[in-house]
Amino acid sequence: MNLKHVEGKNKGHIMLYALSTCVWCKKTKALFDELGLDYYYTDVDLEDESEQAALREEIRKWNRSCSFPTIVIDDKECIPGYEPINIKKLAAR
Amino acid sequence: MSETGEVTSEEIDALRSRLDMEAERSGYHLNPDPSFTRELVRGLIVNERRYGYRACPCRLASGKMDEDLDMICPCDYRDPDLDEFGTCYCCLYLSRAMIEGGGEPSSIPERRPAPGSRAPEGEMKKIENAGDGGKPGPGLPVWRCRVCGYLCGRDNPPEVCPICKAGRERFERFM
Repeated sequence: MNLKHVEGKNKGHIMLYALSTCVWCKKTKALFDELGLDYYYTDVDLEDESEQAALREEIRKWNRSCSFPTIVIDDKECIPGYEPINIKKLAAR
Repeated sequence: MSETGEVTSEEIDALRSRLDMEAERSGYHLNPDPSFTRELVRGLIVNERRYGYRACPCRLASGKMDEDLDMICPCDYRDPDLDEFGTCYCCLYLSRAMIEGGGEPSSIPERRPAPGSRAPEGEMKKIENAGDGGKPGPGLPVWRCRVCGYLCGRDNPPEVCPICKAGRERFERFM
C-alpha cells in the first residue's frame, strides 16, 4: 500500500481511506491539514488491483458500503463520509 | 493505476458546459459552486481516461464496465438521492429546491448496494419480461405528465418534466 503520512498534532492513529478523484476526500484532507492533525492516507483508486481488493475488505470491516472517505481512528472508531463536525471533535480531544 | 497526463482547464470547461447544457435541457441542474463542480468534472475526465467511461468520481470503480454500469455518471441513484437529499451522491447535481433554498449540500449516505447485494442483471430481466403481463419494469410506478403525456417509471415523478418543463405537481400516477 502506498501509505502517505502527514505530520501534525497526534490525536491517535488516524487512517484516511480516500479516492484521488473524490471531492469529499479532498475536503477531508484539507480539513485535517487546516486542523493540523497527524494522519495517514491512501488514495485507493491509485493502488494496483490486488491492493485495491485487500483495501476494500479492510474498509468494509468498518464501513459496509465501502464508501469514501472512510476514516478509522486507532483501529477502534470509524467516521464514514465527510463529517466536519465529527472531525473537529476529534481534533478537539 | 497511473494517470494519463494532466487534465487541462479547457477540457474541464468544455465538459462542464456540455453537462450543464444537457442537464438544464432535461430538468436537472449542476451544482452552481464553480470550484466544486470543476473538481468533480476533472474526476470524471480522469476516470474516463482510466476506465474508458465516466465512473462516479466519489466511488471506487472496478474497471469492469458491466460491474460499474450503475455508477456511471449520471448514476442510477441520482433521482432517488435528489428526491431525498436535494443532491446526488457526489453533489455534481442539485435539485432546484436545494439551489433556490441556498442550502449547503453535504456528503450524503451511500445508496449503492454493497457488492454481493447488487442485482443489475435481475433488474434488466424484469424489464425484458415486462410484456408478460407482469408488473412493468423493476416494480416501479409509472408517472404521467398531465401536460404533455411524458411517461416515466421511477419512485417519484421528476422535479420538472424533462419534455415540457411542467412542475412535479402536474404529474399523476399512471400505473
